[in-house]
Amino acid sequence: MATTTETKIAEKEPWFSKKERVLMTDPLLDNNPITIQVLGVCSALAVTSLVYPSFVMAIAVVFVCAFANLFTSLLRNTIPKAVRLIVQLVIIATLVTLVNEALKAINYPVYKQLSVYIGLIITNCIVMGRLEAFAMANKPWRSFLDGIGNGLGYGLILIVVGFFRELFGKGTLLAGSPIPMFIIGAGEDYWIDTTTPGQWGNTLFWWYANNNLMVMSVAAMFVIAVMIWWQRSRNPKLVDIS
Amino acid sequence: MEGHYLSLLPENLPCTCDRAHDNQKVETMSTSYIYTFALIMTVVVAALLAGSKVVLEPIASKNEDIFNKRQILEAISTPLTAAGQDLASMSDDQVLEIFEKQVDQTVVSATGEPMEGMMAIEVDMAKERKKAESERMYPVYEVNFDGQSFYIFSVRGSGLWDAIWGNIALEGDMNTVAGVSFDHAGETPGLGAEIKDNAAWKAQFVGKKIYNDEGKFVSVTARKGGAIDKNHEVDGLSGATVTADGVTDMLYKGLKSYEPYMEEAETATTSMNLN
Repeated sequence: MATTTETKIAEKEPWFSKKERVLMTDPLLDNNPITIQVLGVCSALAVTSLVYPSFVMAIAVVFVCAFANLFTSLLRNTIPKAVRLIVQLVIIATLVTLVNEALKAINYPVYKQLSVYIGLIITNCIVMGRLEAFAMANKPWRSFLDGIGNGLGYGLILIVVGFFRELFGKGTLLAGSPIPMFIIGAGEDYWIDTTTPGQWGNTLFWWYANNNLMVMSVAAMFVIAVMIWWQRSRNPKLVDIS
Repeated sequence: MEGHYLSLLPENLPCTCDRAHDNQKVETMSTSYIYTFALIMTVVVAALLAGSKVVLEPIASKNEDIFNKRQILEAISTPLTAAGQDLASMSDDQVLEIFEKQVDQTVVSATGEPMEGMMAIEVDMAKERKKAESERMYPVYEVNFDGQSFYIFSVRGSGLWDAIWGNIALEGDMNTVAGVSFDHAGETPGLGAEIKDNAAWKAQFVGKKIYNDEGKFVSVTARKGGAIDKNHEVDGLSGATVTADGVTDMLYKGLKSYEPYMEEAETATTSMNLN
């Protein structure tokens, strides 16, 4: 008797059913927080001039989004409706402060590099949007996955935008990170060395001068716009829904 | 429906429908419940944050100390590397050891007089900047290795968004720049933040002179469009003119305030040589 109820529960709520997987994969493309929900665009413009800060920002947002969703979902039946936005904000701000303090103790140089962005997560509309739209009405585990999914969807766009902006704006990749891209010979951490004669970058791309526009925030607008266009031409169902 | 874009629209906001399932909870949402909830939440969050601060603060301040000392030594990274001591591959303990054994810390007043009983590392440049100019204290780090002396001076100024600061190392002649290190509170990555991240840009400062041929103080200027005077100018940063101008301004004002000290040190060395 006891065993049957146990299997029943297990069947009822498997940890990684298709439904759960969709929570994580859907925000990556067809329900992307930036290109479809158009949330969190401001930080996508601000931090994406280089890949590395985008990457760390993505990790921090995944963390904050997942745990804010988790805690909000755990408390969802006790949070008074009248003050729920304030409660959500307190949860987010607490998590962000904890991340900030932990980073300071664990890796101070990275903290120095990112302190501004970590604070910016509090104002990221994605986090609060997911709390309000999902975590307040769903079970903790599903909310946690939804948080991870949306954080990853946001991070994916950030890294793609950062890739194009850094490559075309500065001719480097992952500059400033502990992983220098020594793919092609000399030239500091430059990925494509277009200036030194003899390097393949110079042979092929001697005509290319770094585009300073790509370093500016407006370039992120162009890159995101191209992504929105590409996504909607690939899947016409997405046109006009946001 | 959850997880879908439509879930963000107002009519799909979950709160009301969620409560309806649970009649018991609706009754508890009285004003006194809200106050109790807010009170408990505040206490829990405050305890959590205070606790994390107490636990992590000592580690963080030790990290900060090492980070600052690394930045000071970064100003002489070129001669250090030449002497076979690569700063980037140095461990934290090695940095502290160098600071203890090879660095003479002095604090000087605005008139160039050394002040007793103070360590240069204790001087908070941000606080000094708020004082009247005549009351300010300035840190000087004299580093000796391989029979050479380097003097590292700390400067502070404003970038585009927030404060910028840095350390400039001069060779024993108090004129030739041996290297610089900069940092910033909030310059844009890829633009203004290049003052810290762009090693090639910082390397340009090495070998520049802060006095011209007539012995007049001119500092080092970051010129938009590229350096013209090879002795006293470095290239500006494209896309970050305001930050680069901030660096120029910071170097000029910062080094100028060390002038009394430099003159004093100069006379001291000259008289020593005469003896």
